[in-house]
Amino acid sequence: MRNIVPILTVVAAIVILWYGAAVKLNSAWVYDQATRAGAKVPSFSQVVTETMNQERPVLPTPHQVTAELWKSTVGMAITSKRSLVYHGWVTLSATLLGFAIGTGLGVLLAVGIIHNRAMDMSVMPWAIASQTIPILAIAPMIIVVLNSLGLQGLVPKAIISAYLSFFPVVVGMVKGLRSPDQMQLDLLKTYNASAAAAFWKLRVPSSMPYLFASLKVGIAASLVGAIVGELPTGAVAGLGARLLSGSYYGQTVQIWAALFAAAIVAAGMVILIGVIEKGTLKRMGMVR
Amino acid sequence: MMRDLAGPEGDGLMKDTINAAAPVIEARNLDLTFDTADGSVHALKDVSLTISKGEFVSFIGPSGCGKTTFLRCIAALETPTAGTLTVNGMTPDEARKSRAYGYVFQAAGLYPWRTIAGNIKLPLEIMGFDRAEQEKRVERVLELVELKGFGKKFPWQLSGGMQQRASIARALAFDADLLLMDEPFGALDEIVRDRLNEELLKLWARTEKTIGFVTHSIPEAVYLSTKIVVMSPRPGRITDVIDSPLPKERPLDIRDSREFIEIAHRVREGLRAGHGDDV
Repeated sequence: MRNIVPILTVVAAIVILWYGAAVKLNSAWVYDQATRAGAKVPSFSQVVTETMNQERPVLPTPHQVTAELWKSTVGMAITSKRSLVYHGWVTLSATLLGFAIGTGLGVLLAVGIIHNRAMDMSVMPWAIASQTIPILAIAPMIIVVLNSLGLQGLVPKAIISAYLSFFPVVVGMVKGLRSPDQMQLDLLKTYNASAAAAFWKLRVPSSMPYLFASLKVGIAASLVGAIVGELPTGAVAGLGARLLSGSYYGQTVQIWAALFAAAIVAAGMVILIGVIEKGTLKRMGMVR
Repeated sequence: MMRDLAGPEGDGLMKDTINAAAPVIEARNLDLTFDTADGSVHALKDVSLTISKGEFVSFIGPSGCGKTTFLRCIAALETPTAGTLTVNGMTPDEARKSRAYGYVFQAAGLYPWRTIAGNIKLPLEIMGFDRAEQEKRVERVLELVELKGFGKKFPWQLSGGMQQRASIARALAFDADLLLMDEPFGALDEIVRDRLNEELLKLWARTEKTIGFVTHSIPEAVYLSTKIVVMSPRPGRITDVIDSPLPKERPLDIRDSREFIEIAHRVREGLRAGHGDDV
């Protein structure tokens, strides 16, 4: 109960700010309409009413977005091409596949980096360079190249999302696998333990808190990758497609509804990883 | 050479006598220099020492005197730059590979994700003991360090002193005859330390192990040891080796006896003499 008050306060503040901004930004259209119609300048209360439910507002109001979200999820069969559940699932499946690939690749690279000096010296600069390239620039290339190899739909999007999500996993896992201190490593040396034993019995368990922190960043990056991957394909399906078609037709309410759907999906996945993290660390005895 | 004299028929018998007499640790003119960013550090200079089976040897001296470095050389965690060092008649590295010693660090260093029993099993798993044997040994060493019944607890549920006892149990689990302890009670308060010292002596009497013990506490060194090695820094060297006349049976109040005070005095003198040339 103690936590709910501050949370609701922040939410209320955001909603109030949002309404304020909506009135300000959408009023231009109201004045413009009034001038064109030759009517007298509308009063403030008239302006406020007129900005609340425009068809193509500059900034849709919270209740418009909520209504659109409700309509396109609960109020519609999920098989419909306008259902956000349908589009959300398309994006989510690419996100999850990309996240799995990215995490696997990230862990493999991290293991290579800590065990192999050549990889230690050479992989990181490339990994960092890969993240400095705007994903928006490279995504169409990936789609085109993979398309010419006969890969379409899910896989290219998953690869773009893996491209974004492997990085936090590499960084986190290198740090995590190297987290045991010298004393811990000396102790294993006194047992004449093999590198494999040191890896499985010490390095992997030590890296778990780092892994989960990376996964939370990685899953959010995966979702961004999947959405960006949907843009150059001509807006067929997915949250990215909804964003793109919304902007084609000036459907700002649709754009905002899709944005919120993406945010809700991301939050859900981060929360899910948090739950798995808590369970795992608790089982390992690392949470009191 | 003695074996040659004995001939084939007396071989087995002679070997046993040789082993009983052979030193566990034999250091001759040991030298170790570390190369650091601001010049080389002479950590050990001309260190010669013999430790026989069943001895309790303490290394005492101010920080930088090389006591820990010497212990780490025995454990093959450092390599001397000159001189000879044998452990059980082997090179330190061979001794490490044959798992000749258990090492106890200043921090307990228990894995937080393993229970106390799980932590003690760690060396046993690595060394390939079967499950039944692991369980048996865990029970036995937990009893030795008086932690019976705590096997299922996680390290954070135990006090610092209990954690250190668990780490001693871990070092005892695989039956190495040599126990190397690097300031194991250094981070604990005086009351806990007194108790653990008493228990350590009992444990030593029961297990008849050879113990190398690094400390910077004079009473601790005198109370525990059969032999006290006084060291001094820059360069790290041995300034005095004291064979303790105290009996093997040592109640805590032996520390008020005249002999005890005399040995402590001699240790203090040795430490002061070592400091003479650089104060």
